Amino acid sequence: MAVKETKSIQLSADDFTFVHKGERITDKQFEDKPVSYMKDAWRRFCKNKASVAAAVIIICIVLYAFITPMVSPLNSRFMDSYYSKKAPRTRYISALGILDGGVGRDFSEKGLVRAVGIGVGAEDWAGTGQVTIGDALKSKYQPMLWISDPVEKMNAKKEVTRNYSGKIDVYLEVGFMYLSVSQKEYEKIVAYEKESGLHILYPLVEDNQWNADASDANNWFKTKKNAPVHVNEKGKGVVQDYSEDLILEDNYKRDADGNPIYYEYTGGGTLETAQFKVRALYYNYYVYKNGFEPYYFLGTDSQGYDLALRLAGGIKLSLLVAICVSVINFIIGAMYGAVEGYYGGWVDMLMERVSDILGGVPFIVVATLFQIHLSNQVGPIVSLLFAFVLTGWLGTAYRVRTQFYRFKKQEYVLAARTLGARDRRIIWRHIFPNSLGTIITSCALVIPGVISSESMLSFLGIVKLGSAGSTSLGTLLADSSAIWTNYPHLMICPAIVLSLLMICFNLFGNGLRDAFNPSLRGVED
Amino acid sequence: MAKYVLKRVLLMLLTLFIITTIEFVLIRMLPRELPQEKVQAAAIASRWEALGYNKPLLVQYGIYLKNIVTSWDFGTSWYIEFREPAWNVLTKRLLPTVLVNLYSLIFSIPVGIGLGIYAAIRKNKWQDQVISVMVMLFVSIPSYVYAFLVQYFLYFKWNLLPLQVYSLADAGNSWTSWKMFVSMISPILALSFGEIAGLCRFTRAELTETLTSDYMLLARTKGLTKAQATVRHALKNAMVPILPMLISSFIGILGGSFIIEQIFSIPGVGQLYLRSINLFDYDVFMMDGVFYTFISLLAGIVVDISYGFIDPRIRMGER
Repeated sequence: MAVKETKSIQLSADDFTFVHKGERITDKQFEDKPVSYMKDAWRRFCKNKASVAAAVIIICIVLYAFITPMVSPLNSRFMDSYYSKKAPRTRYISALGILDGGVGRDFSEKGLVRAVGIGVGAEDWAGTGQVTIGDALKSKYQPMLWISDPVEKMNAKKEVTRNYSGKIDVYLEVGFMYLSVSQKEYEKIVAYEKESGLHILYPLVEDNQWNADASDANNWFKTKKNAPVHVNEKGKGVVQDYSEDLILEDNYKRDADGNPIYYEYTGGGTLETAQFKVRALYYNYYVYKNGFEPYYFLGTDSQGYDLALRLAGGIKLSLLVAICVSVINFIIGAMYGAVEGYYGGWVDMLMERVSDILGGVPFIVVATLFQIHLSNQVGPIVSLLFAFVLTGWLGTAYRVRTQFYRFKKQEYVLAARTLGARDRRIIWRHIFPNSLGTIITSCALVIPGVISSESMLSFLGIVKLGSAGSTSLGTLLADSSAIWTNYPHLMICPAIVLSLLMICFNLFGNGLRDAFNPSLRGVED
Repeated sequence: MAKYVLKRVLLMLLTLFIITTIEFVLIRMLPRELPQEKVQAAAIASRWEALGYNKPLLVQYGIYLKNIVTSWDFGTSWYIEFREPAWNVLTKRLLPTVLVNLYSLIFSIPVGIGLGIYAAIRKNKWQDQVISVMVMLFVSIPSYVYAFLVQYFLYFKWNLLPLQVYSLADAGNSWTSWKMFVSMISPILALSFGEIAGLCRFTRAELTETLTSDYMLLARTKGLTKAQATVRHALKNAMVPILPMLISSFIGILGGSFIIEQIFSIPGVGQLYLRSINLFDYDVFMMDGVFYTFISLLAGIVVDISYGFIDPRIRMGER
């Protein structure tokens, strides 16, 4: 066997000096800043991208709820019953063909003439009979935003019918309206017309054989069975087809000289009480009444309130209820759980039985009973709060109790007690801060639960937030539940906001839970 | 074990009794309303007098308890079904509720647990991430939003299914007929989304925990394949908390879902509850309250006890 050659190491006396001789080897100051529990949690929370995104979305929704009422020209009590259930319509984006108040629809030829006729009538305000349909299609008051080419079909009687599909502005579709105004009001409208150049008042319509429904102010041109006609010399109506060159023949009331009549006396004796019937273009009448054009960027709800404002109110109320419940639960739950967990023994036994009983009552029964008993005295929202608070704190109390059982036997508690700290001090200064993370998490996770329960109760009609001032997301959904198939925007907006809130609060809560859990520290890295 | 079960049952009965008392007092304190029609109003008023509804509350409660014990009489429906015992009114509506929820559970349990297992095995791969995102969405979105979506697509868009559940007469006088089942598919779907998502999340969480535990490592070192170890060891242990959860959902099907029953007009117990409030039929309301309390208490106790039976290591109540 060959002897392995080993490298010899040369050592000198210099290698054997004391490194720390003469130095103090006590701890230096921390070079790094100490990381507190909260800071650590915050750092870990920021690493969780989904939770941060959720928090940002929540903030956006809250900002929406507070900013919309400030920038909107309307207030939450403003309503217009003629513009109810209308689709979203905006001033600036409408050029792109979205949010322009338009709704896609199929038209028969008669229906199309009727819709287009509103635009013609609005342009031909003096009854000159010069405006063709082609001219009126460019009008500002033309409800038809877009018309397809006709599709010809044979019907059962072997007649050719033409059908169109198109997009109609549901605000302009309202068209004309008969109004009853006083003399003073009439003069005000005329003065406004002169000042602004808008036409509000239009000639009245004759109630004769060419007018199918005299109560409908949009029947201003001569029709037979709703089809436009030209009346020839013999007094017979010749049905006319839809084309861009067609001039609709007006059926206006005229005086002996052939000038159209704009108002009609309907009753009332004196100058103040006299009422006049006039025919107004509702779009311009709305501008006259309110000073702005009807732009609702989320549309209007089933009663004619601005949906954007209702939504803002709903978000505010839902969040307010949720946060109130969360805070109250936090306070009651923390105190109850702390006492339970700290003292233990028969105190714990007794208090556990009380919470068992409270926990056994189904929430929906509690909510119903509170509504029936209290909503007349304190209002539906406060009684809803009571219902949530009655059983809501049980979860928090249970968690706090568990935490107290965990911590109360630890050495630092014993040390505090040896130093003479009282129970109250031990509970709040020593044990409670240790269980804070769990409690905050449970509070954050209470919020989506409350929002969904609240919306469920209002949806079922157990909580009735009747008045215009207060609404919740659930009420908005319940309002739309019967009619949403025809007016989908009524359902879509509240449903999206509600779902977003739920998702974001759940993600946010999960992020908090992970952040406050020190055992996960360093796992993800 | 028997002692523990007995103790829990007795405690539950005591709790039920106390809650019933509170509910009774709160409901009987409500002002009762008589119908507009004079003859019927007089008839009802005289019946109330005879049944002791005008006596002091404590006496009324005594009568109420006596009736339950002696003749299983929980009061009478005055408006929903005139003079029908409240118990019959309730039990008549149990079947549709139970059916819809049972179908939904039968559909969602395999799907939910399957997806959960798949996500746990593929942990942190893209499949798991897709499933987790979907689960987060479906857990958070309220059930009536699904209900609307289901109605919109299956009825309005594709016209595959009826808008609402058929009435009994339309579906051949049977809750279990095929036609009835077809009309129940939409509510079943609407119920299932949330259920599947919840189960999937729970299964995934439990299974990932067991998959990383030491006995799995031991099983692999003994030579079991990954599939064998997962099925025989991890899955079995993960089932310990999952099974009680399933049991509690099976008890929960008695209660049904208020929203789904309302949207799809299922004549079940949830709808009965809402109608009893709206029509001021307080005896039925009381019956409903007791029923729901009983279910929630029962679910709690059965879950606690079932832990002991499922996992021999857990022996509740023994010192």
